[in-house]
Amino acid sequence: MANVFTSIGDWVNERAPGLAPMYRAHMTEYYAPKNFNLWYYFGSLALLVLVNQIVTGIFLTMNYKTSALEAFNSVEYIMRDVEWGWLIRYMHSTGASLFFVVVFLHMFRGIMYGSFKRPRELVWILGMLIFLVLMAEAFMGYVLPWGNMSFWGAKVIISLFGTIPYIGDSLVQWIMGDFLPADATLNRFFALHVIALPLVLLLLVVLHIAALHEVGSNNPDGVDVKHGPKGNRWDAEKPADGIPFHPYYTVKDLFGTGFFLTIAAFIIFFAPTFGGWFLEHDNFTPANNLVTPSHIKPSWYFTPFYAILRMIPSFFGTAIWGVIGMFGAILLLALLPWIDKGAVRSVRYRGLGFRIALGVLVVSFLALGLVGAGVTAELIPEWFPHADVTTWENAFGRLMVAGYFGFFVFVWVYTRFGFEKTKPVPERVTMHD
Amino acid sequence: MIKRAISSLALALGLVVATIPALANEGGEGMAPAGTNVADRASLQRGAKLFFNYCVGCHSLKYVRYSRLASDLGLSEEEVMTNFNFTGAKFGEPVISHMPADDAKTWFGKDPPDLSLEARAKGVDFIYNYLNAFYLDPSRPVGWNNTVFPNASMPNVLWELQGLQTAVHGEAAPGQEATVEKLEITTPGRMTPEQFRGATRDLTTFLEYTAEPAALERQSIGVWVILFLAGLTFLLYLLKHEYWKDVHDSH
Repeated sequence: MANVFTSIGDWVNERAPGLAPMYRAHMTEYYAPKNFNLWYYFGSLALLVLVNQIVTGIFLTMNYKTSALEAFNSVEYIMRDVEWGWLIRYMHSTGASLFFVVVFLHMFRGIMYGSFKRPRELVWILGMLIFLVLMAEAFMGYVLPWGNMSFWGAKVIISLFGTIPYIGDSLVQWIMGDFLPADATLNRFFALHVIALPLVLLLLVVLHIAALHEVGSNNPDGVDVKHGPKGNRWDAEKPADGIPFHPYYTVKDLFGTGFFLTIAAFIIFFAPTFGGWFLEHDNFTPANNLVTPSHIKPSWYFTPFYAILRMIPSFFGTAIWGVIGMFGAILLLALLPWIDKGAVRSVRYRGLGFRIALGVLVVSFLALGLVGAGVTAELIPEWFPHADVTTWENAFGRLMVAGYFGFFVFVWVYTRFGFEKTKPVPERVTMHD
Repeated sequence: MIKRAISSLALALGLVVATIPALANEGGEGMAPAGTNVADRASLQRGAKLFFNYCVGCHSLKYVRYSRLASDLGLSEEEVMTNFNFTGAKFGEPVISHMPADDAKTWFGKDPPDLSLEARAKGVDFIYNYLNAFYLDPSRPVGWNNTVFPNASMPNVLWELQGLQTAVHGEAAPGQEATVEKLEITTPGRMTPEQFRGATRDLTTFLEYTAEPAALERQSIGVWVILFLAGLTFLLYLLKHEYWKDVHDSH
């Protein structure tokens, strides 16, 4: 038996001699720092969820009907008449939300440990492009069930483009292919959701990983293992603090995968709508252009950006400032390698100012999520019965907008003009056993 | 590292679990919890009986097939076809009300909605409270009003079970209509208030089932899936621990 495998291996090697070196370069001889902590699970988990979305998505398309007349019914058909259809759909809908959970944590890790800094700027930019495509992918996927929130969410998000001067209105019609989100919109969103954007996403993910493996992974200490002492048990020329990705991180990520799947299964089997956060109540009513849901709000993962849009007022007779603010919030993240000029990567050895600013960023982002989801509008009258809800919500929301953008301004000033007092960075990575 | 990892993971799981009750509170303010349990087959059967005696005249369940009802509720084809099917539909066909849509518009001002997904669109608490909140109101076209859904087009079709409920109005502020303070049964029905709450709970349970028939199986399957995954995760932890021994030793 062993002979059979060896001879098949030889046969392939002879014809594709580049395969084995490629496998070694990315797996058995890719030396990752040995001090990865909990935060380093989310990259491989994002890949896992991507595969889940593709596989469950393929099965969903087998029964989904791309038509404004049939889409809603076909989703219920999947939920009721297709064997295990409900499980496939819940895996897809829960996967979509968990994708964002994992990606947000992955991005936070990058900011916290300075993974975006030189020489990994390209890895960061590619990651931000993935995030943008992922948001487009999620938005279009959300429209496909053609529930009432799909319809109104699509209408609100697409009309954002209407704020662009001169071409706005024509652009909105061009995107929808109609005067309202309609059959034409649904069909093109389906095409983009199931083939165009996934192809782009896969390409970007391959480039993201390739760019990472070119420069090597960062780690919680922000120490460059490539520039540290050489020589480990496997190779005298390789970093002393590196261990082969396979088998060390493959088995470690398998454990993370098991844990993540347990949580995911809990949601899928016991709370698939997650109390209306993963699947909204209003989306169990078919799309109806005559009945507006009482609160139009986007899916939870868009709510921080949606809140920035809502909290920035219109002036000079246009509402485009909110749109600029919303996209600016994402653009600033992409520009972080040039905004944060600090020499020290990891938060472990950075100045107190950066630590506080990072805390402010997290708090503002989460608070903006609550504002965008309409939670503050519900809580304010409950906690302060005599308060004017709009005034209070705007004051709170705008403070949080200031907190979010303030992070970038502060970090630039803090690092550009040498205010940061860093701690000494160790020579070698540290392990916390 | 291990202790920290485990405690962090436990914290993450704890946060997820802790949000469930908060998120599950989806009925809105001031509503009594419906207290439904879709796994209670007797309650489902009683609810189905009520639905087909009082509701199906106007409301369809267009996503629910008679055959599926039979298998999910533990009833025979004959029982379903004689007790639930009044329209001559085939066993494999969905539950479609006999009422002509045009007449419905004339009678009620709007087409009675399909109720297949009502429990998911509005929440079970809404349905349960709505069914208990009808009161006599001569100013309305059909003579009934509802405190949970004011000016609803629907009359109280369960009045013979509940009895006649009337509203006790509070003091009206100048220039405003008096608000309803509480509802009182003025003419008793065939059921005591306690029995009627049970009946409406059964009906709500049935609609919770029609909104998601998969709910019957997903929880019982879920227990095994999670047990399997928890065991697998434990084994994977041991595997990781074994592989990483030399990394920790060499440090």
